[in-house]
Amino acid sequence: MSEVKYSKEHEWIKLDGEEATIGITKHATEMLGDIVFAELPEKGSHVDKDGTAGVVESTKAASDVYTPVSGEVIDTNQMIVDDPSKINEDPEESAWFFKLKIKDKSEMDSLMNQEEYEKFAKETSA
Amino acid sequence: MSIKKTSLNNLHIKYGAKLVEFARYQMPIQYKDGIIQEHKYTRSHSGIFDVSHMGQLFISGGDDLTNELEKIFPADLKKLKTNQSKYSFLMNNKGGIQDDLIITKTSDGFLIILNAACKYNDYEVIKSKLDNQYKLNLDESLSLIALQGPEAKNVLNKVIPGCDSLKFMNGNNYVYKKEKVYITRSGYTGEDGFEISIKNSDAETFVESLIENGSKLIGLGARDTLRMEAGLCLYGNDLDNDTSPIEANLKWAIPKSRIETEFVGSEVLKNQFQSGVKKLRVGIKPDSKVIARGNTKIYNDKNQEIGKVTSGTFGPSVEHPIAMGYVDNSYSTVNTKIFLEVRGKKIPANICNLPFYKKNYVKGEINV
Repeated sequence: MSEVKYSKEHEWIKLDGEEATIGITKHATEMLGDIVFAELPEKGSHVDKDGTAGVVESTKAASDVYTPVSGEVIDTNQMIVDDPSKINEDPEESAWFFKLKIKDKSEMDSLMNQEEYEKFAKETSA
Repeated sequence: MSIKKTSLNNLHIKYGAKLVEFARYQMPIQYKDGIIQEHKYTRSHSGIFDVSHMGQLFISGGDDLTNELEKIFPADLKKLKTNQSKYSFLMNNKGGIQDDLIITKTSDGFLIILNAACKYNDYEVIKSKLDNQYKLNLDESLSLIALQGPEAKNVLNKVIPGCDSLKFMNGNNYVYKKEKVYITRSGYTGEDGFEISIKNSDAETFVESLIENGSKLIGLGARDTLRMEAGLCLYGNDLDNDTSPIEANLKWAIPKSRIETEFVGSEVLKNQFQSGVKKLRVGIKPDSKVIARGNTKIYNDKNQEIGKVTSGTFGPSVEHPIAMGYVDNSYSTVNTKIFLEVRGKKIPANICNLPFYKKNYVKGEINV
């Protein structure tokens, strides 16, 4: 069973061995509204924990997407660039953003589990 | 200062509105369907907009009122027939726009619809320029509801029979639940539509009856994307105290008959008519899917800064990013290649014609 964790910036991260898949949470999409643009990091580039790794824009505003862990970008999801509305439809499965080959698994330790994130999301949106 | 609520506040909450503060009012930015669905519903059917935060200023009294108001506004008020409306401006002495507004001639004076964020200041400015004999009433006992879209006339006609005979930019008195309502055929979406001025206490039942007849409540978010597709200006974004109607490409709203006459800002405007302007408002279409928001810097192909975006979004009906902004006049020709600086990158774009979305107004008689 792979491990899913969550960041305070409303990203989810699923770890499978050394490969992490990252996207934004359903809660994040509900706050953003209709997403009309997505920009992803370049394949082969290196991203640092808590650094900017993409952008999503709704009709209202632009928001940065951060990476919850460091690593090398090994894949990006062209589907959400071609049709950003997919992010609203299925944010935590098919509309993932990018995959990383991670260096330091301990960076996952500070992230929240599902229960903690749900509590956090509830508190911050109240 | 406390946040005000319109008479439809409970209704907004009932229909799942996400409320935000706008011009010191608690207003719905969107409802459950979200901005894109609300935008498209307005274009395909009809949308209800609570615009009660806007000012409804009634001015009456004195035989010379029309002359006095022509000293303030650059509109041809003498030619205005009763119940006819014109788009105009309140300007400062430098020709800068203090507010953009709609003036309608009523049976005993004029009704001016003002932007929410400007209305109290407008009231003071206009009052200070008029003699004491004139009565000004910024009437907050009235709500203002816009109904916009191709089905607007059919929906409204079921609730208030007869209003479908109104011509564009004309108004009249009607009766709703034995009370007087004033309806104009106008709007801010690029669609056919109406604005209904109605007693606060009747606003909720009136809107519920529009909903029963198929219309949906639409938030300020979609109001913004709709007006941008229609190429219409938002005061505070696309118009301000340092921008004249000529620079804003709204020359059409200054009738020729008024250019040689005197009004606040007329000197500057006359000059700009003769000698041209340095900057001009234009439509901007980015080549790619990147959205350029307000304050995005605009460059030419030599990397020189030539202007600034004032409004930008994704246009749900045109299915492409759209923007408008001001560029140095020499770059204002349609199809001129420009570059928009978004997140440090120069995004290619073109100057384009406005509106982005073709208008669907009901044509009235042409009044030259």
